[in-house]
Amino acid sequence: MSESAIPQQPQRNPLSRLWNDKEARSVIIQIFAFSCIFAFFFFMVRNAMYNLEAIGKDISLDFLWQPSSYDISQSLIEYNSRSTHFRAMIVGILNTLLVAVSGIILATVIGFLLGVFRLSKNFLINKLAYVYIEYVRNVPVLLHILLVHGLIVHTLPLPKNAVNVADAGFLTNRGFFMPKPSMEPMFWLVIVLFVLGIVFTLWFRRYAKRVQDATGRHYPVFWICTAAIVGIPALAFLVTGMPLAWEIPELKGFNFRGGMVIRPEFIALWLALSLYTAAFIGEIVRAGITAVNWGQTEAAFALGISRNRTLNLVVIPQALRIIVPPLTSQYLNLTKNSSLAIAIGYMDIVATIGGISLNQTGREMECMTIVLMLYLTFSLLISAFMNWYNQRIKLVER
Amino acid sequence: MNGNIENYKPGEHPDLPPPKNLVGPVAWIRDNLLSSPTNVILTILSVWLLIEVIPPVVEWAFLDAIYTGEDRNECRARGDGACWAFISERFLLFTYGFYPEPERWRVNLSFILLIIAVIPVLYDRVPLRKPGLYFTALFPFIAAYLLVGGDFLGWNLPHVPTEKFGGFMLTLVVGITGIAFSLPLGILLALGRQSRLTIIRVFCVSFIEFIRGVPLITLLFVASTMLSYFLPPGTNFDLLLRVLIMVTLFASGYMAEVIRGGLQAIPKGQTEAADSMGLKYWQSMRLIVLPQALKISIPGIVNTFIGLYKDTTLVIVIGLLDPLGIGRASLSDTKWTGLSNEVYLFVAIFFFISCFAMSRYSLYLERKLETGHKR
Repeated sequence: MSESAIPQQPQRNPLSRLWNDKEARSVIIQIFAFSCIFAFFFFMVRNAMYNLEAIGKDISLDFLWQPSSYDISQSLIEYNSRSTHFRAMIVGILNTLLVAVSGIILATVIGFLLGVFRLSKNFLINKLAYVYIEYVRNVPVLLHILLVHGLIVHTLPLPKNAVNVADAGFLTNRGFFMPKPSMEPMFWLVIVLFVLGIVFTLWFRRYAKRVQDATGRHYPVFWICTAAIVGIPALAFLVTGMPLAWEIPELKGFNFRGGMVIRPEFIALWLALSLYTAAFIGEIVRAGITAVNWGQTEAAFALGISRNRTLNLVVIPQALRIIVPPLTSQYLNLTKNSSLAIAIGYMDIVATIGGISLNQTGREMECMTIVLMLYLTFSLLISAFMNWYNQRIKLVER
Repeated sequence: MNGNIENYKPGEHPDLPPPKNLVGPVAWIRDNLLSSPTNVILTILSVWLLIEVIPPVVEWAFLDAIYTGEDRNECRARGDGACWAFISERFLLFTYGFYPEPERWRVNLSFILLIIAVIPVLYDRVPLRKPGLYFTALFPFIAAYLLVGGDFLGWNLPHVPTEKFGGFMLTLVVGITGIAFSLPLGILLALGRQSRLTIIRVFCVSFIEFIRGVPLITLLFVASTMLSYFLPPGTNFDLLLRVLIMVTLFASGYMAEVIRGGLQAIPKGQTEAADSMGLKYWQSMRLIVLPQALKISIPGIVNTFIGLYKDTTLVIVIGLLDPLGIGRASLSDTKWTGLSNEVYLFVAIFFFISCFAMSRYSLYLERKLETGHKR
């Protein structure tokens, strides 16, 4: 029990002292990690350079300006086989955006309906929604796309005995033929009124909220805004004598001519992606609404607020905060899943620049890098937008 | 009531039955189906939908269906229902792909071993759990050897090239490899994302964001077209192996985010407590933080598993033949053209059963691990 019983501290070697120092250790680990990562990339890039040189390839984007010499059946802009690869890429981007945006809209609508059905007290509709959601979520999206495509191609009739929708639209297995509108001068008035309606709505909603916060007076915002966006332009449309001419598709030979056509590939992709994503959105909406404390609803009822208004002013604003973040990732998933278009031949980014252009020019590096960069940009843009929206609606804590 | 109420002592009158209109099927229907005008409309719509959908589907899939036959024309001649004869003729192809017939016992054996390997992971009250878990850890390597074959320590199984893999077997190979390796990788990435060490954090963040920002299909294309450029000249990398790596990396990016959610939900006090007990970083993670974080991220983890399992179908775009690929290839057989609905439905049922089972298991696990701390 004397001082001498304390063991002598052994002389520790400097290396282990360095290792036992927190700061020094973190520096050592980071230097080590960095060299590993650097070595890995250096190795890959060196291999790539060596391999490319061995087969006499360089890296350049010049091929983008050469004629693509392939056709694209559905394009939002002028395009033919003499257009450049760059233009083919733009067509691909637009097609991806088209299916992504229309898919997001339809998926949101169906998804919210499904969510509400899952919460419904109605036994039948509740169970129907449940069965639908479980089936759709547990089957791969690619299978849905192929199934819907197969149904359209195999069950819809040939153009010569097309399903006639009011003598204007024709459902066939070659696509959905619709009248094509062409604008007459007075139609601009309708468009201007429509845009004004949207501007008015944006302003009016804030105004109504201000008034309500200050005085408690409640405007029927939904009806007024609907009137502004839909009603007034429609009225103007009727008053100016319907300044819109329709070019109705006609059956000539084996197919329809004229009018507008939506290709079966687009319909299949759009429907399948929307129905698939809607099932996920339905569950998100249900979870979001159930997560709002029941006490909130009871408190609103106790204050004598009506059922609808409770939903609009108390439950939904709180539920949205929970719903928006996962909803964002569903929107992103839908956009990324649209790349499965290649399985049914819809010409999106992957099928144009990452598919036919790549095979024709043999420039795997450049094409795949472009495709990856494009998708990254989309993803970052969508998440930036949804983050901004999330910021706006999130809880302002005191 | 004939006036003998006084026969009962106070407080001893038997309970009266509830009013007739509040119990029984009529009341149930009124409460659940017809409680408001909207509900009445919804009920009518759903009943109409059921009548429109169920009888034709049942008729098509069962009553009018043809179960045996030589080709499409025979099916068509005998009725206009589903032609399941196609599926039964191709069933072995759907299961094993082009795996050589005399060697198929190896696939069956691997499947049985898989079940043995999975049981100790799924249930904790089984005999021999500890050695079972060691076997589970070894299983991927045993299965890989069994399936591919070749010379190994004197054992000699005929080599089967991976191009022969196909059907449900391929789905299981890709799915289970992805599941087995993406979880540990995802945990590492999630920890890296939370790390104090800047370089590691930046690397993990950019890796995760990149993976989550691009579709799997593009990564598979990269694997099939571009990857060979980045390898030393002369390296010949098996296509299936490339796909496995890509699928695993892809799933681990999503896994990392799910686990990060769990890590963030663990109060800082837990790590601080572990620090004050003198636990090192890995000890505190392994003993304190991760068990709690993983427990609350179970639903997300299983969702990622299910997503990965479903995503295995995408391998058809680079020419591997999973059930969907086999189905599509079979459809181009002139004997059986135009039977896409049967094929897709068959594959859909397979995926539905596996994914639904996984999601039910996750619910069971959640209930089992529930320790009552929930507020």
